[in-house]
Amino acid sequence: MNSLSVSRFDVVIVGGGGAGLRAAIAAAQESPSLRIALVSKVYPMRSHTVAAEGGSAGVVRPDDSLQDHFDDTVHGGDWLCDQDAVEYFVAECTREMIQLEHWGCPWSRKEDGHVNVRAFGGMKIERTWFAADRTGFHMLHTLFQTSLKYPGIHRFDEYFCCDLLVQDGRAQGVVAIDIASGEFHMIQARAVVLATGGAGRVFRQNTNGGIVTGDGMALAYRHGVPLRDMEFVQYHPTCMPGAGLLFTEACRGEGGILTNKDGYRYLQDYGLGPADPWPRKKAMEMGPRDRLSQAFWHEERKGRTLEGPHGSYVNLDLRQLGKARLRERLPQICELAQEFMGLDPADSPIPVRPAVHYTMGGIPTSVQAASPLPGLFAAGECASSGIHGANRLGSNSLAELCVFGKAAGESAAAFARQAGFGSDANLRAQAQTAAQRASSVRRRAGGTERLAELRDAMARSMERGCGIYRCGEEMEQAAREIGDLKQRVQHVRLQDQAQAWNTEWLATLELEYQLDVAQAMVHSAIARRESRGAHQRLDAGCTERDDGRFLQHTLATRSADGSPAITYGEVVITRSRPGVRAYGAAGEAAARAETAQDKEQQGVV
Amino acid sequence: MSSETRTIAVEVLRYQPDKAAAPYVEKFDVPFTDDMSVLQGLQYIKDHFDGSLTFRWSCRMAICGSCGVMIDGVPSLGCRTFLRDYHPGPLRVEAMANFPIERDLVVDASEFIDRLPSIQPWLAPRQEKPLSEGEYLQTPRQLEQFESFSHCINCMLCYAACPQYGLDKQFLGPGLTALLHRYNADSRDGGSQQRMELVHSTEGVWQCTAVGYCSEVCPKQVDPANAVNLNKTLSAVAWVARLVPGGRR
Repeated sequence: MNSLSVSRFDVVIVGGGGAGLRAAIAAAQESPSLRIALVSKVYPMRSHTVAAEGGSAGVVRPDDSLQDHFDDTVHGGDWLCDQDAVEYFVAECTREMIQLEHWGCPWSRKEDGHVNVRAFGGMKIERTWFAADRTGFHMLHTLFQTSLKYPGIHRFDEYFCCDLLVQDGRAQGVVAIDIASGEFHMIQARAVVLATGGAGRVFRQNTNGGIVTGDGMALAYRHGVPLRDMEFVQYHPTCMPGAGLLFTEACRGEGGILTNKDGYRYLQDYGLGPADPWPRKKAMEMGPRDRLSQAFWHEERKGRTLEGPHGSYVNLDLRQLGKARLRERLPQICELAQEFMGLDPADSPIPVRPAVHYTMGGIPTSVQAASPLPGLFAAGECASSGIHGANRLGSNSLAELCVFGKAAGESAAAFARQAGFGSDANLRAQAQTAAQRASSVRRRAGGTERLAELRDAMARSMERGCGIYRCGEEMEQAAREIGDLKQRVQHVRLQDQAQAWNTEWLATLELEYQLDVAQAMVHSAIARRESRGAHQRLDAGCTERDDGRFLQHTLATRSADGSPAITYGEVVITRSRPGVRAYGAAGEAAARAETAQDKEQQGVV
Repeated sequence: MSSETRTIAVEVLRYQPDKAAAPYVEKFDVPFTDDMSVLQGLQYIKDHFDGSLTFRWSCRMAICGSCGVMIDGVPSLGCRTFLRDYHPGPLRVEAMANFPIERDLVVDASEFIDRLPSIQPWLAPRQEKPLSEGEYLQTPRQLEQFESFSHCINCMLCYAACPQYGLDKQFLGPGLTALLHRYNADSRDGGSQQRMELVHSTEGVWQCTAVGYCSEVCPKQVDPANAVNLNKTLSAVAWVARLVPGGRR
């Protein structure tokens, strides 16, 4: 038997990043008497929200509108968005950005003291709030520091969540490992919020921190919650070759351009041109991320990229911005280029290539952040709130973690008010079983596999099989490899037998999470025999969007043998019928036609 | 930068309380390319030589603040310090000074974390207004007054550098003073008087012996030494004000 301590809370939140903290504050504001547990495997300010750079969306300019934010988001998502969720989202964003301002977030300002906004990819008008290029950092620290005001929030810092407790058909708590001691702790709760972030580390080149391992997704999945739209994985087009570190889209929003080995702005060859006049919205470098990453893939095959020690790359050229503007608007980008690549963006272009950045799919949630499992709520990257569809627009995810983090906190608080605590004995028995299982990974004798080897094999396999362009055969191979790795991970032999601070043990539990998530991704990708947003296929009959068969959400449900079974769910469409997704000149023509049509309908031609 | 692979000797201060009572030094020969950080060197050791090597890390880009260590005696972030600069070595990596070691390179950070609420690091608006009235106005000049102090990533390197904190753990120290000043210097904030009580106290700025090493090691140019100095001035002014009849307390 493992020693197991127990505590009781009204709400337990797993994940101390932007979404988890926003949920905690919302729940605490609902009722000061509410007891809230915030469980995080790192100190909250280490969470990966910290690395977001460019900004967060919220309509604020007089020439902007909620309708425009809605349209950009739905078009950007290639119509796989749930439009009721998008409507709610765009209506709430600005209020949340102002809320952060009231909590002290140091947003960049205009001369008159009002908050400034910048342009972002796929967005028609400037609506991205920013704090230089450290927006996620400032949002996270603002939320964390503000959370310290609320005595109802009890933090479990550096506690690793190893299972959900489900009883009587509802989520009732979690089991966590106190990393410093290696001991198990059961946190019983009336409602549970998952806010554990994405799963980008299942791929090799990625922008994500080491902690981004899909924990919450896998936990929900193992308890029968389907994972939705997992095949949609975003490649960010401008990342550091090798390390994968991010150079924000704001580089282009501020006027940066992308050139190939001939110094040519190649995006004009891929439906994003013409190149001039520049700058302009929703064209060229200000196109959406999926299209830009796909254009890189084509350039690479045409032999028009450059070659470096970490493979092919193109140039992100910021020289025209000048030193002063670079230092003001993109200080962290300058720092990264200088420290990690030894170059000054004011003098020379930055070598970049696409890397995995964001998981569009996740735990399906309602507009009020409820998952299909009663008592379980989810927000942030681990959730599939329905707003991103097949491709997320830059600056929508930071706004999302506020809007839906708040919804999750409020919903969980409301649920906790009407739900009781379940049978203590049953939950303890469940927690013991979970602890036993996790301990057995650490204590396993006679294992034959090495953790690092399996982890790297998974990342290579996913990169090959589920990259920017995919084909049936390569995906099938990745599915076989991931299935095989799921077997092999059961035989990992740890070199570290210690109980306290055993990070090799935790990394093995994380790898198990990652393999579940990877398997859901690759099986979802195989089943979607069309091309939409970030899911692009090369095999015959699958290269176009097919609304007749696939204007549907993919649902990957864990079956008895542990592999995912794929079904489909309805996409909520309220006011935007699926149309042609066009950028550059074609997009401008389509927008003009739409405006003309609207005017005609209103009889004001 | 060359892409050729070379080898560097990395000496790590190990502390494995489950195996040995005292810390010891272990040497590893690590192959590296010029773009590899010390953090990547540690990851290489963990993956290839010893899975029990324990250290914190996450973002790899000097913003999450997890990977602070001593590198050749200097408090540094492992992710933004490069092996090439120490070739041929040996290069020594140790847990951050002035903190109790939990295991290998992991220190107990709870002193710092638990103390955060004491400086009230949240905005106490001068004048509350509802969200419907929009944002508080703040000009770029007003933002500049505190902006650099808001860059602190809580990596605690300044505490590892601070001789006074080494002597007296009651000292508020550089990072927390900088964060406190970040709110006091914010034009929207009205909570400075409460925070200044801590600045004046025996835990406050007067313990600082003006060594300035904290600012040298700060990876984000927060300049905590400057925050401490500014607050010494403010504290002195407040003290003088108390002596003036009718002066403000």
